[in-house]
Amino acid sequence: MAILIFAETYNGEFKKDCYELASYAYDLASEKNMSVTAICFNASNPSELSNFGVNKIINSSNEELKDFDATIYSNCISDAFENENSKILILSSSSNSKYIGGILAIKLKAGYITNVISKPSFSNGFSVTRNTFTNKAYEKVNILSENSILGLSKNSFGIKENSTKSEVKDIKFNIKSALNKVTSIEKMTTKVTIADADIVVSGGRGLKGPENWHMVEDLADILGAATACSKPVSDLGWRPHSEHVGQTGKPVSSNLYIAIGISGAIQHLAGVNSSKIKVVINTDPEAPFFKAADYGIVGDAFEVVPKLIEELKNFKSSNN
Amino acid sequence: MKILVCISHVPDTTSKINFTNNNSEFDKNGIQFIINPNDEFGLTRAIWFKEKNGASVDVINVGLQDTETTLRKTLAIGADKAIRINLEPKDSSVVAKSIADYINENNYDLIIAGRESIDYNGGMVPGMISALTNINFIDKCINIELKDGVVNASREIDGGKENISTGLPLIIGGQKGLVEENDLRIPNMRGIMMARKKELLVLEPTEYSNTLETYNFEKPEPKGKVTLISSDEIEKLVDLLHNEAKAI
Ligand SMILES: Cc1cc2nc3c(=O)[nH]c(=O)nc-3n(C[C@H](O)[C@H](O)[C@H](O)COP(=O)(O)OP(=O)(O)OC[C@H]3O[C@@H](n4cnc5c(N)ncnc54)[C@H](O)[C@@H]3O)c2cc1C
Repeated sequence: MAILIFAETYNGEFKKDCYELASYAYDLASEKNMSVTAICFNASNPSELSNFGVNKIINSSNEELKDFDATIYSNCISDAFENENSKILILSSSSNSKYIGGILAIKLKAGYITNVISKPSFSNGFSVTRNTFTNKAYEKVNILSENSILGLSKNSFGIKENSTKSEVKDIKFNIKSALNKVTSIEKMTTKVTIADADIVVSGGRGLKGPENWHMVEDLADILGAATACSKPVSDLGWRPHSEHVGQTGKPVSSNLYIAIGISGAIQHLAGVNSSKIKVVINTDPEAPFFKAADYGIVGDAFEVVPKLIEELKNFKSSNN
Repeated sequence: MKILVCISHVPDTTSKINFTNNNSEFDKNGIQFIINPNDEFGLTRAIWFKEKNGASVDVINVGLQDTETTLRKTLAIGADKAIRINLEPKDSSVVAKSIADYINENNYDLIIAGRESIDYNGGMVPGMISALTNINFIDKCINIELKDGVVNASREIDGGKENISTGLPLIIGGQKGLVEENDLRIPNMRGIMMARKKELLVLEPTEYSNTLETYNFEKPEPKGKVTLISSDEIEKLVDLLHNEAKAI
């Protein structure tokens, strides 16, 4: 029996979380004597997934699958699930995967768990641990149905290489016409997105105004990071809403999160707490963020950040 | 136009989260409940449709009697009628199935849910309703306009937005952007008085078995102490991030 993963592509390239999904599925499959099948659309180099333990790669190359469409994609994935006699589907936590997760849960009559942070345990049926209450708690959940869908939280398992012999198949699915017509796509940033970034540099009201964001951007550039902000910063119009992170904004689960001039209100922390390493730069030693951070600098961002940029430049040039 | 807004009744964002009954249930003791923020943006957008396009706005919640304070609040803000499906839902699929049943019996043109509720963060109810009712769905919807039966909407994608043209009926997973923070309405005295007279329909649920069962909650370990670095020794931070945290 195969575990199915949906490996998302962007312009033909696999998104990074595909490798994590594959690693997770491989680990589970080896334990349960199963195999791993991936489904992807228009991947330019599908066999890349064989480096992460995928045995079979269904890559449907079709102009009609070029852009994401929830109805069409969920139909294809559901067909693949049935053709592969699968019982477990693994999705990422990207916007698109979350979009189709609920639809697929009904189609496949599957118990669907999002924000999964553990491997399944079989000691008590089929259960996993997930994040809940916006990272304020963990929840252990049992899946009672025969089929299951796991939405893996980013960076919760990591990427592990496992070179495997794999076959690539191009399957033509029966595609119905889309209900949503995409008229245009506006990319806010040509850089890495908050969802995909390993490092996120975030600014708060302590930065005083939008004219000071060049510091945040320069720091992000050096680190190859995405930029983010606290809620009031986006409400004030200093930064676009798409950068708002926290409980009511985007979740962040990057490897490194750097908070500059952000107090660390409970709603902010809730959304960024699942990042692995947190750094805070704040003038106020009493700011709540210091309680949540791994590293902190008590100081004025206008002095600290330019110095940090200089130090990182030195570091980068001596490490290249 | 008939609009249905799905309302989740959730702990206030500042709540301390605790568990009871041998850590198997959320402890509601001392918790203030609010309209789920993502739903509140959607509700406000629905009320704009009511004011500009003459739509009717119903709200629906799946929950026990304690959620009625939240439903009354939505009526005070401007919804016309509230429906409560009398059931303590055990998982998202039960919520979605209960709401889908109601939709299948009472046609709506537009169904607005939140993209995620801030308590259990399932993020799957609107997609499930869509599959159960065969109504088209746009998730993470940040703008919706209606003209001559054509819907122009935008959805947030990773790193940008996508503009979509479609038709009704439609279900959206809403969030900030549908309206802005300062567009949200605080119920006034007149609204609160009127809300008391509005209909709050309580319906008994169809029995659905849950697909998931939570058996334990746990809180994260308290965080270790922060390592402070002097602002005169920033090179130390770079060193720690590289050698200790292995983050750069
Ligand atoms: C329902 C609800 C939902 C919410 N959801 C979110 C959410 O999702 N995300 C979110 O971020 N917030 C959210 N909030 C808002 C949250 O409560 C805080 O108000 C907000 O996070 C504060 O933003 P801030 O840290 O940028 O600003 P402030 O709290 O004003 O903090 C600014 C910080 O900058 C420091 N500072 C000032 N000058 C400097 C300097 N020169 N150098 C360095 N530091 C300096 C100050 O010491 C202070 O700590 C929500 C609130 C509510 C009620």
